[in-house]
Amino acid sequence: MRQEHGKRPWTFYALAAFFTLFVLFLYGPMSAIYILSFQGPTGGLTFPMRGVSLHWFGALFEQQRTGDFAGSFGRSIALALIVMVITVVISVMAGLAFRRRFIGSTVLFYMAIASLIMPGILLGLGVGQMFELMGIETTWYTSALGAQLTWTLPFGLLIMFAVFSRFDRAYEEAARDLGATNWQTLTAVVLPILLPGIIAVALFGFTLSYDEFPRTMLVVGARNTLPLEIWNMTTNVTSPALFALGTVTTVVSFVVIAISLGSIALIQRRRSRRGPSGGGTPPGA
Amino acid sequence: MKGLSKYVAYLQVLPLAIVLLLFLGIPLLVVVAVSFFDYDDFGGVFPAFLLTNYAEVFSSKLTFSLYLNTIKFAVIVWAVTLVIGFTVAYFLVFHVRNLLWQIALFLLCTVPFWTSNIIRMISWIPFLGRNGIFNQSLIGLGITDEPLDFLLFSDFAVVVAYVHLFTLFMIVPLFNSMARIDPAVIEAAVDAGASRWRVITDIVIPLSKTGIALGSIFVVALVMGDFFVVKIMSGGQSASVVLALSNLISLLLYPPAAASAVLLLVIVTMMVAGILRLVDVRKELSG
Repeated sequence: MRQEHGKRPWTFYALAAFFTLFVLFLYGPMSAIYILSFQGPTGGLTFPMRGVSLHWFGALFEQQRTGDFAGSFGRSIALALIVMVITVVISVMAGLAFRRRFIGSTVLFYMAIASLIMPGILLGLGVGQMFELMGIETTWYTSALGAQLTWTLPFGLLIMFAVFSRFDRAYEEAARDLGATNWQTLTAVVLPILLPGIIAVALFGFTLSYDEFPRTMLVVGARNTLPLEIWNMTTNVTSPALFALGTVTTVVSFVVIAISLGSIALIQRRRSRRGPSGGGTPPGA
Repeated sequence: MKGLSKYVAYLQVLPLAIVLLLFLGIPLLVVVAVSFFDYDDFGGVFPAFLLTNYAEVFSSKLTFSLYLNTIKFAVIVWAVTLVIGFTVAYFLVFHVRNLLWQIALFLLCTVPFWTSNIIRMISWIPFLGRNGIFNQSLIGLGITDEPLDFLLFSDFAVVVAYVHLFTLFMIVPLFNSMARIDPAVIEAAVDAGASRWRVITDIVIPLSKTGIALGSIFVVALVMGDFFVVKIMSGGQSASVVLALSNLISLLLYPPAAASAVLLLVIVTMMVAGILRLVDVRKELSG
């Protein structure tokens, strides 16, 4: 199995081939729609390409044809940023607390798991009816924000569990022995060591909110977020404008992913130059 | 000091508890309450204690066939994602020797997770359609003369899209469990003469059961709760429990939708509880 020297076993090549096929399966269809979004003005939803143009990207900004793209895009970014900040703060705090058993910790843990696996539309129905019964109007920054937090917070919590399971408490004890207060220990020792994990939580908070729609659908109120616009388009729009929107939203996701992973890599590199340090975790681990 | 730090823990989880209570706990109670309410045809609900909503759910033949169809999808997708997820994670953990390569390939698998599910789903339409890439290449290679029609807008397309969207939820927990297996255990087994296959069945599978359990919970719950993949990829020819539920909601029939939602919740909870009985996920996660 794990041979440290010499030739790789045949299983390596078989599994590598399987892995390559899987990656093609993941990315192949996605790349097709990015190419198709550059269709010429007379092009359709499938190949062949009829010319190459930015026509369908332009069509996104004509409000009547494809819906309110610019407005929903702005709302989605704003909501994702709010969700990201709240998710980071609450997850880190809860992660610190969950290092010890406290009364109710098991209940809260299973509530978080329940929150994760809850069918999205069911949660949306509940939040929507709750607002209805209280006579409060649903909006993207109140009810939709709450509904999205039930999706991002469990991920944040699970990442913090993974991060803390690799965290060496000796650093904390050393800081205390040297006379640091609890607050100093937290801000000068614990949080900096956890930083890559915290960036990973932020990445999840942003992207999961930015792409979320089953939970948001029933509680967003009068103004849609971007995924809901896309969802409406899948049933109404039969032009490559749909693919253009897909390309735009994927570019935004990739920029966010690149910034997050880049900064994690940068931190890790600085650390390895300075010598070994605990707490570093690959994102999503 | 010890007494004080105990209160600190409560303060630290308070925001999480408040959000989960406000946007998960209370809404669930509201759904249960509304499932007993009376209603009119215009979206109005009136507090009452009626069992008629449940009577309709349970007396409808449709309910049974919807659950059968959804559970069929869940089982197929679970089996496929488990095999793919296990193979991919096994390859990454035990066959990729360089740590940097391991992280890079792991990220390659996880990046699509951070992009839109709807976009990833519709990307199969130009791929599987009559004039799509797949049919074109089959004809080009001379494998068939006619484009295959069963590829798109069928149960096949639904399963392909599910596997495409949800395999990551199997890979990540499996990768995490396998990465924690002590290589010394495997070396000892190999030194003692165990075959590659024995190592997998007797060491890798038992030691990655937390990952298998977590991945299974994710995949089963995601398929059971889906409506958009079934709606788009089956082209209206197949249905799922939540698709039927979302149709009730769009007709503003909230109490019947709530009754159906409660039943779904009970069934999903039973499935998850069944998996959790086999593995103590909490202990393994925080330990």
